[in-house]
Amino acid sequence: MTVLLEAEQVTVRFGGLLALSDVSTSVSSGEVVGVIGPNGAGKTTLFNVICGFVRPTRGQLFWRGKPLRRHRPHQLAGLGIARTLQGLGLFPHLSVLDNVLVGADRHAKAWFGSGLLALPYSDNDERRLRTRAFDVLDQLGIRDSASKLPSQLPYGVQKRVAFARALVAEPDLLLLDEPASGLSAQEMTELGDLVRTLKERTAVLLVEHHMDLVMGVCDRIVVLDFGRCIATGTPSEVRDDPRVLEAYLGEQIDESTVGVADAGGAGAAGA
Amino acid sequence: MSGLAAMGRRWLRLPTLVRHLVVALVGLGVLLAISEALSEYRNTQLAEIAYTVCAVAGLTLLTGLSGQISLGNGAFMFVGAYTVALLLKHHPFGGITGYQSNWWLVPVLILAVLVAAAVGGLVGVAAARLRGPYLAGITLALAIGLPSLPKYQHLQSQLGGHAGIPISAPAPPGSIDYFRWQAWICLIAMVITLFLLANLASSRVGRAFKAVRDDEISASLAGLPVARIQILAFVVSAAAAGLAGGLFGLISLDAGPDSFPLSLSLGLLAAAVFGGLGSLPGAVYGAILITLLPQWATDLSHQVSLSSKIVNNLPLLVYGAALMLAMLAVPFGLQGLLRRGWHQVRDWRRRDGLAPG
Repeated sequence: MTVLLEAEQVTVRFGGLLALSDVSTSVSSGEVVGVIGPNGAGKTTLFNVICGFVRPTRGQLFWRGKPLRRHRPHQLAGLGIARTLQGLGLFPHLSVLDNVLVGADRHAKAWFGSGLLALPYSDNDERRLRTRAFDVLDQLGIRDSASKLPSQLPYGVQKRVAFARALVAEPDLLLLDEPASGLSAQEMTELGDLVRTLKERTAVLLVEHHMDLVMGVCDRIVVLDFGRCIATGTPSEVRDDPRVLEAYLGEQIDESTVGVADAGGAGAAGA
Repeated sequence: MSGLAAMGRRWLRLPTLVRHLVVALVGLGVLLAISEALSEYRNTQLAEIAYTVCAVAGLTLLTGLSGQISLGNGAFMFVGAYTVALLLKHHPFGGITGYQSNWWLVPVLILAVLVAAAVGGLVGVAAARLRGPYLAGITLALAIGLPSLPKYQHLQSQLGGHAGIPISAPAPPGSIDYFRWQAWICLIAMVITLFLLANLASSRVGRAFKAVRDDEISASLAGLPVARIQILAFVVSAAAAGLAGGLFGLISLDAGPDSFPLSLSLGLLAAAVFGGLGSLPGAVYGAILITLLPQWATDLSHQVSLSSKIVNNLPLLVYGAALMLAMLAVPFGLQGLLRRGWHQVRDWRRRDGLAPG
């Protein structure tokens, strides 16, 4: 297992708001890491820092041991990092196949000259991309939808298309921003299975609210609260961490959830 | 039916180059035959339509595929026309050849394309930072500002001032009629332009344009350098407009500051929208329409005996009203209408096929 992505004491300040404060974490190959935390904890900000949409006020990122300085979003794909968005962000007027082909753009070689002259080089390149795209569509079971527009498909399938678009780039690290939002229980189970099978090919960093999914698929979990990293560890370690329970449930613990009440009390004492 | 479908599939399996070349050559043959059958006046109209198609096709790629509006592509036509005029003024192509051969047309038009593309690149750099109404604003300023450059005091001597610069006419080879030769030059240039733009639109570049248009953030996460792609779209569109301008100069025999008014730029956009944004066949319909509509309107207003003041302004009214009606009736343009009609027919056919007995 080699360390792919490393964040070192990343701090992000939006005016007076401290969105991230000294957050350090890392993702290694073959690992699924979950980032959880209540709303406004800084999860998406962390993703945006990794993607280069937001520059950290302090701290640094490393990709395969080399510092990432002033990287831009479009350079990520070339590094081997793909990301899905919370709002899917599919291209509404492109067919499913074309959506996935855009995701495969990293592997394309033919550009302006050969495209303008329709050289065989360009055709062959397109054929290779198409093979890749259909492979991924097959894996996700949505080959039949290849010629449809995203708006003609149910939400769960659209989600798969977004997934396919990220996967077809064959990234070393896949960033998933709330992949389970809006999915049915059945679809969420399938998503969990899918993420587990991905582990062999790519490391995954995911932000998620659904605890079942996070606990089920992650090797390691990072818990953020008000921009600080309050806990990190395996799912079972995190589950029992009093600070985590406090962050999620607050200090006033309902007496009926007995096991939690003990832990919550300890957390309050510790804080 | 199934035989037709099989033929269609076999056709689609052919290399892009072969398919587009076949269509281009057949199209060119048909157009030259049509030109052969038309009168001098109609051939002039045909030339006019042909260079307008070049400009509209470039614009429909820019606005329809890459999603950037331009109200100023007439300015790139201005650059093309003046490039041709200045080249012929300063370079003795004519001295060598006496204009008896036409080989000089090729380098001159290519240079017009390159200069316009360079200007388009500069505009594109600014445009890549702007969106929506702001982009419309800056391109509008370009359409008004750039063509009045020859009137600027210190450039008058170089750019010919108000009068413009005369352009010598290409001499027809052999016994070809002068007007027919003009039409042929424009038609050949148009077919080459459409061929190249169709290649580009169906390649990875065209897909990148559309992705950037639909969602810039997703496009950048997929590894597309959004700003660079937007600039590229401007360069391509300006190159096509530059060619159109160069041809315009060769037909009208001069490049003048008043030949590229704002209404030209707006007309190009109207044509692109009318034909169906992003569609190259649509660019052809749109160009035919905006070339012929003002002339029909003029003819119409002459037939109705009205005072000359009304007659002089009636064409504009008819032109405007027709465009508004078209926008209301066919919001996706003619090509959109045709496509919807075709889908309807296909659905009917399918239903008939499924119906028992």
